[in-house]
Amino acid sequence: MYILFAVISLTALGLALGFMLGAAARYFKVEDNPLVDEIERMMPGSQCGQCGYPGCRPAAEALVAGQAAATLCPPGGKALAEQLANKLSLEIDLAGLKEQAPMVARVSEATCIGCARCFKVCPTDAIVGAPKHIHAVIADACIACGKCVEVCPTECLGMHPVKTTLRNWRWAKPEPMAAGA
Amino acid sequence: MAFPGFKLTWQGRRKIKGGVHLESRKEFTADKPIVSDLLLPERLYLPLQQHAGQPAEPVVRVGDKVLKGQLLAAGQGSISAPVHASTSGTIVALEDFPAPHPSALPAPTFILEPDGEDRWVELGPEADPFGLAPEDICARVDAAGIVGMGGAAFPAAIKLSLGRRTRIRTLLINGGECEPYLSCDDRLMRERAAGIVDGIRIMLHSLGCRHAIVAVEDNKPAALAAMLEAARPHGFIEVAAVPSLYPMGWDKNLIRYLTGKEVPANGRSADVGVLLHNVQTAYAVQQAVRFGRPLIRRVVTVSGGAVAAPRNLEAPLGTLLSELLAYCGHRPDRTVRYVMGGPMMGDRLPHPHVPLIKGACGILALSAGEIQAEDAKPCIRCSRCVTACPVGLLPLEMMSRIRTGQTDAAVGFGLEDCIRCGSCSYVCPSRIPLVHYFKYGQGELMARREAQRKTEETNRLAAEKQRRLERTRQEAAQRKAQAQAAASGGAP
Repeated sequence: MYILFAVISLTALGLALGFMLGAAARYFKVEDNPLVDEIERMMPGSQCGQCGYPGCRPAAEALVAGQAAATLCPPGGKALAEQLANKLSLEIDLAGLKEQAPMVARVSEATCIGCARCFKVCPTDAIVGAPKHIHAVIADACIACGKCVEVCPTECLGMHPVKTTLRNWRWAKPEPMAAGA
Repeated sequence: MAFPGFKLTWQGRRKIKGGVHLESRKEFTADKPIVSDLLLPERLYLPLQQHAGQPAEPVVRVGDKVLKGQLLAAGQGSISAPVHASTSGTIVALEDFPAPHPSALPAPTFILEPDGEDRWVELGPEADPFGLAPEDICARVDAAGIVGMGGAAFPAAIKLSLGRRTRIRTLLINGGECEPYLSCDDRLMRERAAGIVDGIRIMLHSLGCRHAIVAVEDNKPAALAAMLEAARPHGFIEVAAVPSLYPMGWDKNLIRYLTGKEVPANGRSADVGVLLHNVQTAYAVQQAVRFGRPLIRRVVTVSGGAVAAPRNLEAPLGTLLSELLAYCGHRPDRTVRYVMGGPMMGDRLPHPHVPLIKGACGILALSAGEIQAEDAKPCIRCSRCVTACPVGLLPLEMMSRIRTGQTDAAVGFGLEDCIRCGSCSYVCPSRIPLVHYFKYGQGELMARREAQRKTEETNRLAAEKQRRLERTRQEAAQRKAQAQAAASGGAP
């Protein structure tokens, strides 16, 4: 009998509290700027911190608040800058934007001691390996955030420019024509 | 079509948009027969990538002795083509070698030292192509490494297998050869028309299609006559003369002119029930399906003002272009530009020490009098480029947008529809390198798409990592709980 009371009262309590919580979530909801969400979804989401903000969401907030330029995200490159500028109707000078040469991390096998620190900080799991074994970088997954370089105790990780091959070669812009064009 | 044997159809079918009349300059080579008994060079260079899509995967090792026609590298992925040995000999290396590309960047290449015997590998059984199932024909074409030989180098087997997915009503065979200087297709049609027609019949059989049109420009009467003669017994193969107006050989132009159908902007010719193949591809298909021979040689035009004896050569793939040029009396001192392909759409090469590949239809060494000076002047808005554009775009507007970095605005003017035929640059009185701007702009678009893909991939990887961390945490907690349970259960 006591058990039945306990069950009924706890169920009633649970239902009542749950209902209250649901109502609170609905009526006391803190309005987020939906633009921030949208911008955050456009960002790479790797929380690499290259923009100077602790992650992609703070960067998105700064962008919406107008405290950061559309060109803030190095992994996103020119494409993302253009998208962000479009979204926020910002003026950006893309012709003047010097695109950073794409980089990729590489492990120097001679000095890697297999400490396993680098792949713990890699935001995209681009470094594979096991403790006391040489690690390797999967070039396609690397976003050149440089976090691994900072934690490497033997400086065996370095950023190297991506080699131009037939696959990523592009036509250069034609030389500017005579004045007044 | 109604009277087999009398199928010559003259011009005046549909109006052609734009286009330019070019000096043909085909007379240098068009009247000389194809030379096919070239001496083998000391070394052959066979790049793993001679086609659109994924590079081929090596299946032989350095040091292996290989026979003529032996498979060196197999196709991998959905769009790819295998590479075969052009002669018998030894594989001395698999290393980076300058590719026949405007950048001449190095790409993985087999280096083959011929043994001089030129001994064939045992070929697949000769079969009656018309007794084979369409799938078997596609498989044979695929195994032979045949790609589009007009220049685009798209694997032919993939196009042939389209017949099973889309209804192909007409097979169009492109013998237009609208680029100046080139006459390799012309010569092939004159000398091997029977082989081409046989190839067309095999392709029709594989596509389950009953109608083919061979399009030949009207400045090649001999080729036209030869093709008519060869197609006479086959009522379903029509031979049509098309006007010599560059770029007549562009697939959408040919289709509009001959069938009256308009291919949609982002569509393929198969969308309107038409499939296009080059005449050399048809010939290669015949060789592969009837005799089991892989694609290891091709006919290529060697011409230009800096070549003393321009000819059409049937050369083994992998021969250095410099050697083919030297055979035709090349004068390096008079050469100011090397081009692979035709002068309008071909690739400018920094040097000729690159190998002959499947898609190379011409090798040109041009002298100073044959090229346009590169001193661009301001645009005077004469709109000659607009008149010349076969797609119906506004080249001058696109150029001014690209020049100021507004790629999106250029896309609005149809940048993605530009076929880079070069008609606009050709007619521009200010010598603005319009087509170069569009190549650059399209490259920018490609780079942007690539960046977009990378961002999405990064997003996915970052989410994946979060999930992995979460999973490990849960597993650790679970293990801990189990260990505790075991400990408390073991010692009550």
